[in-house]
Amino acid sequence: MRTVADGRLGRRKRADLFFRVLAAASAVAVLLSLVLILGTILWKSVPALSLSMLTQTPRGGFYLGKEGGILNAILGSLYLAAGATVLAFLLSLPIALYLNIYKGRASKAAAWTRFFLDVLWGVPSIVYGVFGFIVMLAIGLRASLLAGILTVALLELPIMCRAIDEVMRLVPPELKEASASLGATRFETAMRVMVRQSAPGILTGVLLAFGRGIGDAASVLFTAGFTDRVPTSLADPTATLPLAIFFQLGTPFPEVRQRAYASAAVLTLIILLISLAGRAIGRKATRHVVK
Amino acid sequence: MRILKDALARRAMGLVAALPGVLVLLILVGLFLKSKAILGVEPLSRLLFSSAWYPLKGQFGLLPFITGTLWVTVTALVLAVPVSILAAVYLSEYAPSWARESARPAIDLLAGLPSVVYGVWGVLLVVPFVGGVLAPLAGVQSSGYSILSGGIVLAIMTFPTIIHVTLEVFASVPRSLREASLSLGATRWETTRHVVLRKGAQGILAASVLGLSRAFGETMAVLMVVGNVAAAPRSLFDAGYPLPALIANNYGEMMSVPRYDAALMTAALVLMLIVLFFNVLARRILARVEKRAR
Repeated sequence: MRTVADGRLGRRKRADLFFRVLAAASAVAVLLSLVLILGTILWKSVPALSLSMLTQTPRGGFYLGKEGGILNAILGSLYLAAGATVLAFLLSLPIALYLNIYKGRASKAAAWTRFFLDVLWGVPSIVYGVFGFIVMLAIGLRASLLAGILTVALLELPIMCRAIDEVMRLVPPELKEASASLGATRFETAMRVMVRQSAPGILTGVLLAFGRGIGDAASVLFTAGFTDRVPTSLADPTATLPLAIFFQLGTPFPEVRQRAYASAAVLTLIILLISLAGRAIGRKATRHVVK
Repeated sequence: MRILKDALARRAMGLVAALPGVLVLLILVGLFLKSKAILGVEPLSRLLFSSAWYPLKGQFGLLPFITGTLWVTVTALVLAVPVSILAAVYLSEYAPSWARESARPAIDLLAGLPSVVYGVWGVLLVVPFVGGVLAPLAGVQSSGYSILSGGIVLAIMTFPTIIHVTLEVFASVPRSLREASLSLGATRWETTRHVVLRKGAQGILAASVLGLSRAFGETMAVLMVVGNVAAAPRSLFDAGYPLPALIANNYGEMMSVPRYDAALMTAALVLMLIVLFFNVLARRILARVEKRAR
């Protein structure tokens, strides 16, 4: 009798152990894929990574393996993502404030706005690219920095909005009530209490959207154009890092493909930096926050 | 004066808040108007279910691309769903808290990596691996640029989405339920299987659907490793040509061929509608789960 019970318990314990190991292995596999991606990209980029790569624009025959660098793409991407992030922020902040100050948590209008934000969040970037292109043609804009900024801003809007909305939801209602009881209008509460209280979270959301914007290729494929020069005005076409990587990888020359790996490493490092900065802000910049 | 400012701000913010809805509508209308040029002359069934893709002859059958998308997405999900759910089980049920804390930034980073970077990595590692190791093992010839490579890269890209949502679902299962099960002598795994997974079943479904819609629209990474041959694939080692890749590859040259433009717009519209459907589905399931948890 005893041995039967022992046997059953033993089997149950073995099943527990088995699934424990399986689950742990899955978690390790996920982490390992990240390490593998970062490792491969950085390791492969070493032979081609050089200072001139970062500080020069492409010279003649760059795409055949001659001299030059990808400064045009690095700066182009930074301009484009910065512009798009500013634009998206100017739209996201009012939306998030409206959802959290003027509309109650259960209101229909707020629920619909959140629903549409979710829908936009799921729209593939290639669709944004096509849509941006349609709008561009409709208003007579050529492929340019401005068109790229507009398209990427659309892509960033739902990401940033949701992030800001999430942190604003966490602001304790007592703070809003305290502000209101002191005679502040809702607009004043919004600007002086909500924004300040959720500032670190807002900044993290902005960085998140910036990272998404700088890395996206499909949305700028038709809208931003591509050029070897650094853009000097909003109407100029501009190169972007993701597209530079894509085009360099598409050539048959090994030297140029090497540079594609190096460019990918540059983009990865930018993303890493942004994500580290986001974490640091999330932890540190809480000086003015009432807990 | 202050009240006036408040009223003004309220109006202005309300106006901006209508933007997301307007935008969704504009995208749909814009794509529809642009695809009308071909929807008017070709029956929709021929566009969607014909596999004759000869743009120069004016034949635009999207079937090879739709099947290509389906193959890649299903492959990705078959790989990603079990691994993601098990990883979430580990992180939420078994892992010590330090492991849970340090896994979070890693998963966020995985979500934040640009799709071109995934693409480059796929070309460097996954494509040679599929072409040089897996294909000979399966006894077939393959260049490596195949549905399987696309699926593997895509699976890794969908890990963060599925893990993230699943973790949230698990967190909403009350701790007391787990404790009750454990105190009855159930092992960790039995508790996970009969309590956590059962309670969270719908949420896990929603997480997978969200992952699916993410995978469906992914463009660049897949485009770079999948081979892009406009024929319906017959095995995992064949090249495929998903819808987003079709749009991305051909948009520049489409102007010269009549109705090509409209055919690509139809492709974008189909993509948008499918993704929209899955997204709304997932959100509705999640909203229901959330309501029940309260």
